[in-house]
Amino acid sequence: MIAAPFHLGGERLMLDPAGALFWPARRTLVVADLHLEKASAYAARGQLLPPYDTRDTLERLAPILRRYRPARLVALGDSFHDRDGHARLPGPDRALLLRLLDGMETVWVLGNHDPVPPDLPGTATENFAEGPLVFRHQGGGDGHELSGHFHPKATVPTRGGPVCRPCFVASPQRVLLPAFGSLTGGLDARDAAIAALFPRGARLFLLGRERLHSVPLAALPRPRALVPDSVPLQQFGGAGGPPAAAGLPAAVRATAASRRP
Amino acid sequence: MGTLPEPFAGWFAARGWRPRPHQLALLDAAREGQSALLIAPTGGGKTLAGFLPSLIALHERPADTLHTLYVSPLKALAVDIARNLTIPSEEMGLGLRIETRTGDTPQNRRARQRETPPQILLTTPESLEVLLASADAHTLFAGLGRVVVDEIHALAGTKRGDQLALGLARLSRLAPAARRVGLSATVAHRAPLLAYLSAEGRADSGDVRLVEAPPGAPPELDLQLPEGHLPWGGHMGLASMPEVYRRIAGARTTIVFVNTRAQAELCFQALWRLNEDALPIAMHHGSLEIAQRRKVEAAMAAGKLRAVVATASLDLGIDWGAVDQVIQVGAPKGVARLLQRVGRANHRMDEPSRAVLVPANRFEVIECAAAIQAVAHHELDGDPPRPGGLDVLAQHLLAMACHAPFHPDAMYDEVRRAAPYADLSRRDFDDVLRFAEDGGYALRSYERYRKLFRDSEGMMHIRDARAARQARMNLGTIVDSPMIKVRLRGGPVLGEVEEWFVSTLNPGDNFLFGGQALRFEALDAVTCVVGRGDDAGMRVPTYAGSRLPLSTGLSERVRAIIQDPKAWRALPAPVGEWLRLQRRQSALPEKDGLLVETFPRDGRWFLVAYCFEGRLAHQTLGMLVTRRMERDGLGPLGYLATDYVLAAWSAFEPTDVAHLFEEDLLGEELEEWIAESSMLRRTFRNIATIAGLIEKNHPGQGGSGQKSGRQMTVNSDLIYDVLRRHEPDHILLRATRAEAAGGLTDVRRIAALLARARGRLRHRRLDRVSPLAVPALIEEGRTWVAGGAEDALLAEAAAMIDEVTDGEERFSETLAEVTEGVRINPGVVDRPRRRPRRDRTSRPVPRGLAARRPA
Repeated sequence: MIAAPFHLGGERLMLDPAGALFWPARRTLVVADLHLEKASAYAARGQLLPPYDTRDTLERLAPILRRYRPARLVALGDSFHDRDGHARLPGPDRALLLRLLDGMETVWVLGNHDPVPPDLPGTATENFAEGPLVFRHQGGGDGHELSGHFHPKATVPTRGGPVCRPCFVASPQRVLLPAFGSLTGGLDARDAAIAALFPRGARLFLLGRERLHSVPLAALPRPRALVPDSVPLQQFGGAGGPPAAAGLPAAVRATAASRRP
Repeated sequence: MGTLPEPFAGWFAARGWRPRPHQLALLDAAREGQSALLIAPTGGGKTLAGFLPSLIALHERPADTLHTLYVSPLKALAVDIARNLTIPSEEMGLGLRIETRTGDTPQNRRARQRETPPQILLTTPESLEVLLASADAHTLFAGLGRVVVDEIHALAGTKRGDQLALGLARLSRLAPAARRVGLSATVAHRAPLLAYLSAEGRADSGDVRLVEAPPGAPPELDLQLPEGHLPWGGHMGLASMPEVYRRIAGARTTIVFVNTRAQAELCFQALWRLNEDALPIAMHHGSLEIAQRRKVEAAMAAGKLRAVVATASLDLGIDWGAVDQVIQVGAPKGVARLLQRVGRANHRMDEPSRAVLVPANRFEVIECAAAIQAVAHHELDGDPPRPGGLDVLAQHLLAMACHAPFHPDAMYDEVRRAAPYADLSRRDFDDVLRFAEDGGYALRSYERYRKLFRDSEGMMHIRDARAARQARMNLGTIVDSPMIKVRLRGGPVLGEVEEWFVSTLNPGDNFLFGGQALRFEALDAVTCVVGRGDDAGMRVPTYAGSRLPLSTGLSERVRAIIQDPKAWRALPAPVGEWLRLQRRQSALPEKDGLLVETFPRDGRWFLVAYCFEGRLAHQTLGMLVTRRMERDGLGPLGYLATDYVLAAWSAFEPTDVAHLFEEDLLGEELEEWIAESSMLRRTFRNIATIAGLIEKNHPGQGGSGQKSGRQMTVNSDLIYDVLRRHEPDHILLRATRAEAAGGLTDVRRIAALLARARGRLRHRRLDRVSPLAVPALIEEGRTWVAGGAEDALLAEAAAMIDEVTDGEERFSETLAEVTEGVRINPGVVDRPRRRPRRDRTSRPVPRGLAARRPA
């Protein structure tokens, strides 16, 4: 896994392809929107989703903690899907969580889903400030800010069709983290609610298996227009090129072709 | 054979009719207490045959309770049949109450039907299930004498058919005396339909009599080519629209069938551009607003339309006597479907239906010729029966608990009397029941949320009224893709498009929908608000999974035609010439072999394999072959699949082609890849929704509550991933794999192809593209990837975007470089980084990006 460095307020932050953010100078690991116990919250309403989301989320968090060995973990709110979520933690999952948090300072930033402090080690707060950075659940305040809440994701058209991934949204003012929880969906980064936080543009870092894939928000090309019908043979290889290099603008297709060996 | 009693004989005579032998045969079967399957062509008086025994029985022994239940796959059909039945009932003074009960039936009429049930009730599988789930189902159906299942060939083998089969098994419990009648078009496999109607769920149990009407006059099928150039590629068939228009103008009423909704929009638009005579031409497809569709159907029935451009939404349906011509645009892909469509013209048995096939490209010309051959040889295609869906069973078990408590042993016996579940194992049944109870997870943490509980005698009860209401609200087996309504600003709702399509629109974008150019304005929660648009950059919404792959039978005929130069004489001259050219420059694909060509082009090596196994099979095969190419160091760059060929391109020349198509290909990574594929994810989504893991509706959501409903929905892909990691043997995952393996015959088709290729693979190394390869190369770019390749593509796309935009964005200087140790000065922003580029001037500025460049 290759983390990408990103500078905010003069601080060097590492964006991890697993969807977490590490601040080496302060040995602080940041995750957003864990939404633990989401499945059981749904089960209470009659939708018996697989009761494995908490375990799955924690099992994905564990190797990141092992890798960065942070002194502090900041959870940017909506750590539990509802205010009673922490009380519903099944015994083994609770034990796993306590083991992960052991020996580490934990900051539970409160979110709209979990407005009350969880019955767990650590401190709970509306906002957390450290050095030049501010940690909030929902972004949009002053200062250099890290936040969650929106579950940003983005769709990039590729040669093989659109690929949709959760993403970081980053500007010199703020970084929006993708949701870390296993059953969390996403909001398109082009949505007005997210765009409002980035009036001067932003760069997206889409999560990949080994590394991040970075595109500017404004440059996300429009997906492919359906090309109606047959292209006469004469046109093949001509100005229009083949009907669709899956949605990239003409110049991108030209580039794509020229990049081929 | 018997005769008709009075007043029926008189009523027939007064109209100059004589009862047909199959109508009398059904009457005989009814008198002898047998169920029956009637196979008759359209126009054979099938519906009346199905109802005559009921009408006569009700005349001889008037009953005040529900006597006959009619189930049809279409609401509109139920309504139409009700109307048609009322006429003889009134003319003969039978005094029958004939009513419909569908999702559209208003609440007060439903209540009245419960108080005083009609003698004949016409309904759909979904509404029947709702009735069976009600607490008083046993009183409603106690006196039931007959069940008529219409268009049974279109229901059996589908999930709706599974649900109906379970409903029929339940009806046999509630009304053991009730007999079944199935009405079917001609089919490839009869035994499955006999089994479907049997009260034992088996074709050989002897309780169903087979009645066959003589086949109607064979249909007359013609081929229509565009004037001038015959297209090499494309599937829309727009080049032939002038000819299609001329044929519309020359007939009384025409149905123009197309294969996809996008094609319907484009053909409709093309026809209107040609429509100088202002002929009344309409369009009908499944995404248009229902009111609009009904209006088109009514206008068609009233003979006010000259033509309607339609998708499968009109494959079945009410009888329009006036239709005298059917035009199929694009290759039919299957013979049974073609016949169904052709049968929509001229519903009179003794006159041939006339239809015209309009192929969109050269391969489709051959496919159409193959279809015409197959029809002439009475060769039908159709999938063999598959086991019933476990998701449907899960839904049914909850519904039955809503009616009354049941014992699992008795329920298992009952369920196995439904043919699709005749071979259901007790283990699967128990697991499905456990899923319905509490999710059936190995981690038993949902004790307090369980929906069913067992009493001390082992009977299963529904938990409470709320759980029952929730179950009833989610009955049904039709799962739509997430759709968004399209509404004209300050005007009506026009229909709906798939959510993903809307997500690709920017305000100001134009798209074609319902035959009009619309401009996307805004998305307000659940509606896509549009204004009138224009043709600039217009797009057409497409819908997932709407294209059917080429059937196995047609594929064989296509291969046979290509292989046999004598058969080319029947083909249009340009196609024959095309094949001759192929024979000269390369070789002809053989019926029982596999031709693979390789040739260089644009600095890449292309490999084209003539498999003819359908697009879906080729997509899977493409993944397998390119993986092997990767391992062989050939540097594969992409591939694409059409119904006829697989084409792949690579950096280096593939030489050992036989190695790429060896049979062990199927073992490698196939399982893993299939599990990751979007096909399986889609299958899981449908299964999870039908089984009730994901709700379609939630109690307490009113009309405006749809928003909260959307928020309630958890992405099924995420559920799939979590479940796969933590309980890979969960019943819903087993059901998903079973359905993917059974429902999609593609893997079997690949296996058959590889077996065929063994020792009979011919590799032609060419110095340029061959004639048969051209159509595929025209489609280059419509590639398909899955799993690991996604990341590589993402990286490539990101790099390309960066290159095209010169890596410009306003704060580029603050962006970190991946190389460590770069010191960033946070004060420097808004200065675009520019890299010198040699070919800058020669490269056009991409549209859409230009506007966003900083001034």
